[in-house]
Amino acid sequence: MLLKELTEAFGVSGAEHEVRNILKREIESWAEYRTDALGNLIFKKPGPEKKPKVMLAAHMDEVGLMITSIGKNGWLKFDTVGGIDDRILVSKTVVIGPNKVKGVIGAKAIHLQEPKERETALKSKNLYIDIGAKDREDAEKLVKIGDFAAFDSKYEEMGDIVKAKALDDRVGCYVITEILKRNYDLALCGAFTVQEEIGMRGATVAAYALEPDIAIVLEGTFAADVPDTKEEGYSTTVGMGPAITLMDRTFIADRKLVDRVLQVAERNNIKCQLRRTAFGGTDAGKIHLTKEGIPTIVISVPCRYIHSPASLASMSDIQNTIALVDALIKDFQERGI
Amino acid sequence: MKELLKKLTEAFGPSGEENKIREVILDEIKDYAEEVRVDALGNIIARKKGPGEKLMLAAHMDQIGLIVTNIDDKGFLRFSNIGGILPLTLFGERVVFENGTIGVIGIEKMDDLKDIRDIKLNKMYIDIGARDKEEAKKKVRIGDKAVFYEGFDVVGDFVTSKALDDRAGCAVLIKLLQEVKSPKYDTYFVFTVQEEVGVRGAKTSAYGIDPDLAIAVDVTMTGDTPEAGKMAVELGKGPAVKIMDRSVICHPKIKEMLIESAEKNNIPYQLEVLEMGGTDTGAIHLTREGVPSGCLSIPTRYIHTPSEMASMSDIENAVKLLIHVLEK
Repeated sequence: MLLKELTEAFGVSGAEHEVRNILKREIESWAEYRTDALGNLIFKKPGPEKKPKVMLAAHMDEVGLMITSIGKNGWLKFDTVGGIDDRILVSKTVVIGPNKVKGVIGAKAIHLQEPKERETALKSKNLYIDIGAKDREDAEKLVKIGDFAAFDSKYEEMGDIVKAKALDDRVGCYVITEILKRNYDLALCGAFTVQEEIGMRGATVAAYALEPDIAIVLEGTFAADVPDTKEEGYSTTVGMGPAITLMDRTFIADRKLVDRVLQVAERNNIKCQLRRTAFGGTDAGKIHLTKEGIPTIVISVPCRYIHSPASLASMSDIQNTIALVDALIKDFQERGI
Repeated sequence: MKELLKKLTEAFGPSGEENKIREVILDEIKDYAEEVRVDALGNIIARKKGPGEKLMLAAHMDQIGLIVTNIDDKGFLRFSNIGGILPLTLFGERVVFENGTIGVIGIEKMDDLKDIRDIKLNKMYIDIGARDKEEAKKKVRIGDKAVFYEGFDVVGDFVTSKALDDRAGCAVLIKLLQEVKSPKYDTYFVFTVQEEVGVRGAKTSAYGIDPDLAIAVDVTMTGDTPEAGKMAVELGKGPAVKIMDRSVICHPKIKEMLIESAEKNNIPYQLEVLEMGGTDTGAIHLTREGVPSGCLSIPTRYIHTPSEMASMSDIENAVKLLIHVLEK
C-alpha cells in the first residue's frame, strides 16, 4: 500500500530523500522527472502541448526535530522543525538520522515533579531524547548534531479512517501519483516539493522553473471536528470530502475558480466542502505570486491531529480528492481556464 | 478631486475581491491611458508612453475587510480578518457585503468584558438580521467578504472615510494619469491588489513590468493627535517623502527626486520615518535584480479604522509634486 509506505518514510524538512525515492519509483512509468537544486522532484507527464499548462504540487516534507547538542550523559537536546505543539512531544518515540536510531523523548517523571510543574505543559527546551546511550561518546557513535528526527509511527487502518504520521502532506503526494497514472488530452507538470513546513521554500523555486498557467496544490489540512470545538471552529470535517481553500494567511483564492471547482464537484457527484477558517498556509502562498502571478487552487484532505505522530484521515475523502482533481483536469482540458 | 475620492472610497474592494473598485478605476482612466491591462492577480497596469526609463507608479486599490467562515443554524456569521484589523474597531460597527447586505457586529457575553484584550475576533459575529441559516444563505455565502460601512464626509479642512488607505493613493494616480501631458518616463500606473495581506499584487506586477525605478503612493501614520507616539508627520503639512519603514529603506535617488520637485516648485512636504508597517515599495524594490524605489505618503489619522482622516490639500499637493517629477 503506497500511502502506508509514504507516511512511514522519513522526510523531515531538509531531509526528504527517502520520500523522493519512493515517488521516483512510483511515477517513472508515467512521467519524466528530475530533482532540482533544492531537492524538489519536478515531473512532466507527456501529452499534447496545449493550453492550459497545469501544475500539480504536494510537499514531501513533514514536521520533525533536529538534534542541537549531545549532553555528557548521552542525552540529545533538540529543536523543532516546523510547527509542533510542545505538549504532544513527551514520551513519543522518534527515529534519528541516517542510521534510523530509535529514541524516546523523555522528561522528569511525575513523581519527581513539583506540584506546580505538573500544572504546566512541558516545553521542548526542557525535554531531551534518550537513545539508551551510556554517555556522550557512546551517543556520538550513533547520532550527530544536525541529524533530523521524525516521529516513529506506524500506518494503520481503522475502518474508513487511516492513522499515520505525516498525512500532511503524503496524502497530497499520493493523490498526485494516482493522477499521473491516468490519461489526459493535456500535458501535466508539477512538483513534489521540499521544505513547505518551514516556509514553502521548495515551491518558490519549483513554480519559478515550471511557470504554469494554473496550479493545483494538494494538501492535508487540519480538521477540528472534535469535542470542545464549536461548529464554527471546525474548519473542515473528516468524511465530508476534499476541502477547497477560500483564504489562509498566505493566499486568497479567486472566488470564480473556487466556484468552478464546486460546480465540477457537483456535476460529477463528488462530495466536497469549503475550508472554513482563514488560518494556516500552503505552497500556494508562494506559487500564486510567482513571476507575473499564477491562478491557483488549493484542495485539501481533512486530517485530524496534523503535525503529530497520529493523524487521522478518511479513505473516502482521499478517493474523492483524486476524483475531484481528475474531473477538474478534464474540465480544464475541455474549457480551458 | 473630492468627488473622485468619495467615489473611490465608496467602491467595494477588500483584498482578493477588487472587482468593483477595479471597474471604477478602469472607467476613470480609460480615456487617458495608452495601454491598459489586468494581470493574473487582478492588478490594473496602465501605461502612458514616454521616451525615458520605465517608471512604475503604484497605489493599492484593496482595502481591509472581513471574510465569512461559518454560518450557524440561527443565521449568525462567524468571520476572520482580511488585513490588519484591531478587534476593538469592530465593536458596534456596521459592515457591508458586495451585494449590499448590511451586517452589525455583535460580541458574545458583552457584559462580561473586563479588558480591551477580551475583545477577540473569534468571539464576534455578524448579524445580518436573518431568521435562520437558510435565510442567511440567501444573502451571504461562506467566503463572502465585507468592509466597513462608513461613508465619506468633509470635516473642517479634512475628509474622513473608510478606505482612504489607499484610495487616496489611487486618486493621486488617476489625477496624474489625467493631467500629465507628455511624461519624460515610460510610465506605468499600477493599481495593485492584495497589499493589505502582504503586498502580493505589487510583487507580480513589478515582475511583469520590470521597471527601472518605482514610486508607490500610500498613506502613512501621523504624530499629531493627543498622546500620539512620536512621529514628525502632521495632517495638512504636505505629502510625506518616505525615508524608511519596516519593509524598505527608500533609494536615495528617488528620495532626492521627490524632495527636489517639492522644493523647486514650492510644494510643502514632510519627511517620513515609519516605525511600523510597510507598503508596496517593499515588494517592488526587491523585484528581479532590484529596483530603485521610493514612496510618497499621504498623512492619515486613524488608519485601518472605519473613519480614517486625511487632508485634501496634502492629496492635491501630492499630485502637484508628482506632476513635476513626471512632466518633461
